[in-house]
Amino acid sequence: MMKKTKKFLNNLYSLLFFLILVAIWEIFSRTGTVPNYILPAPTMIIYSLFTNFNFMGRHILITIYETLTGFIISVLLGIIIAVIMDGLPFVKKVIYPLLITSQTIPIITLAPLFIIWFGYGYLPKIIIVILICFFPISVSLLQGLGSVDIELINLLKSMGAGRYQIYKIVKLPASLPSLFSGLKIAATYSIMGATVGEWVGGKDGIGVYMLRAKYSFATDKVFGAIIIITVLSICLLKLIEFIEKKSMPWVFYEKIETMGE
Amino acid sequence: MSNKVDALKIKKSFGSLDTIRDVTVSLEKNKFVSILGPSGCGKSTLFDIISGLEKPDSGDILINDINYTGKTGKVSYMHQKDLLLPWKTILDNTCIPLQIKGLKITQARDKANTYFNLFGLSGFENYYPNQLSGGMRQRAALLRTYLFSDDIMLLDEPFGGLDAITRRSMQLWLLKLLENFKSSILFITHSVDEAIFLSDSIYLFSKRPAFIKATFDIDIPRPRDYKTFTSARFNEIKEKIINLLQSE
Repeated sequence: MMKKTKKFLNNLYSLLFFLILVAIWEIFSRTGTVPNYILPAPTMIIYSLFTNFNFMGRHILITIYETLTGFIISVLLGIIIAVIMDGLPFVKKVIYPLLITSQTIPIITLAPLFIIWFGYGYLPKIIIVILICFFPISVSLLQGLGSVDIELINLLKSMGAGRYQIYKIVKLPASLPSLFSGLKIAATYSIMGATVGEWVGGKDGIGVYMLRAKYSFATDKVFGAIIIITVLSICLLKLIEFIEKKSMPWVFYEKIETMGE
Repeated sequence: MSNKVDALKIKKSFGSLDTIRDVTVSLEKNKFVSILGPSGCGKSTLFDIISGLEKPDSGDILINDINYTGKTGKVSYMHQKDLLLPWKTILDNTCIPLQIKGLKITQARDKANTYFNLFGLSGFENYYPNQLSGGMRQRAALLRTYLFSDDIMLLDEPFGGLDAITRRSMQLWLLKLLENFKSSILFITHSVDEAIFLSDSIYLFSKRPAFIKATFDIDIPRPRDYKTFTSARFNEIKEKIINLLQSE
C-alpha cells in the first residue's frame, strides 16, 4: 500500500513538472515570442489534432497495419531463428556473427533500396519493420535459451525427457522473461520503422501525412502526428507488458507464509 | 545377486582431475543406504553416473541386474536444490515425470493429487514454488522424485539447504513417510547424524579422488524416532565414524 502511494507521488511530481513545461511553452507561443509556424501552442496542436482526426484516421490505420504485420512476422521469425540457433550450434556459428554485423548497417539507409525493389506499396515498410524488430527479439531469446539452469535440463534428462519435451517444459518457459524484454525493445522501435519507411516513399500512412504537413508548414499537424506516433508506440508497449503479465503469473505472485515444516 | 542397484568398480576423472578412483556400491531391495563423505568428494558425480547423466571411465551400473551404464530414465534423482520450475504450480511440478512418461495432464494431476496429503502438501496444489517455504519445496521435489520412480530413488543431500530445525523435522518426516513405501534409496549426505538416523547401512567416502574408507551396518532397530539421536548405540556408531573422518 505504502509502496503504491509512493509510486503515485513520484509520478505526480513528474507529471506536475511536465505540465509546468507545457504551460511555459503555451505562454511563449501565445504571446508571440515564437511564431506559430515554428512552435504552435500546445492547445493549438490538440485542437488541430481533433479537427483533423477524421482525415488522419485512414493514415493511422495504415501505419498500424504495417507495424503489426511487420511485428508479428518478426516475432515468429525471431523465435524460429533463435530456437534453431540454440538447438543447432553449427547454424549458430554460421549465422550469429553475420546477424550481429548486419546490425551495424543503419536499417533506415536501406529504405530507398527497398522502394526501388518493392515499390511504393506496404511491402517495403513491412520489411523495414521486420528488419528493425527481428534482431532484438531473436537475440534476447537466444540469450535466454542459452542461460537456462543446466541442472533443470539435467533433471529432465534424468527422467528420460526428449529434446522436444525439454524445450516445452523447461527451456521456452525459462526464457520467457528474455523474450519479453526483446519484444519490448522491438515494440518501441516498430512504429518508428513504419513511419520512416513511409517518409522515403508512399501514398499513405502517418509518415506520409507528416511529410505533407511539413511541406505546407502546418507545424501543428506535424506535432499532431508526433503525438499519434508516440501514443501508438506506448500502446504497443503496454500491450506487450499486459501479455507479459498474463503469461508469467508466477513472477507477480507474492510469497505467502507457510507453516508446517 | 538380487540387488536393486550395483555400481561396480566405478572410475571417473574430468580431464586431469581424478574424481572417483574405485568405488563399488550396492543397494539391496527396500533398503536405505547412505553415502557419507566430505564436500566435493565425488558423491554427486557417482549419482550422475548411476542416473546415466554421466558415463564412467570404467565400471558398470547394474539396475535390477541389467546393465544400464550411461542410460537415463531408470532411477529417480533428487538434487539438493529443489529444482522446482517457478512457472508451474506445485501440482504441475509434481506432474512433470508423469507427463514425460506420456500421461495426459489431467490424468497426471489426478494421480499426483492422491499423494499430496501423504507428503503434507494438501491445500498448496495451486501455489507457485516461490510462494512456499524451503521445507515444503523439498517435500514437493521429493514427491516429484517419487512419482518418477518409486522403485529406486537417489537423493543427493535433499535437506542440505535447510536450516537445522527444519532439517531435523524433515528427517523425522522422511523416516515416517518411508514406512509406507517399498522404495530402495541411495542417499548422499555429509551429516553424520542424518546418515546414522536414516540408514540401514553407510558407505564412508574418502576425500577426492573417492574410494570407500569403510562401510557400516546400522543395527539400530526401527521404528526410530527423535530419541534415537541420543541413544547409546547411535553415539557409539557416531564416534566410530567421526574418528575415521578425523584420521584423513
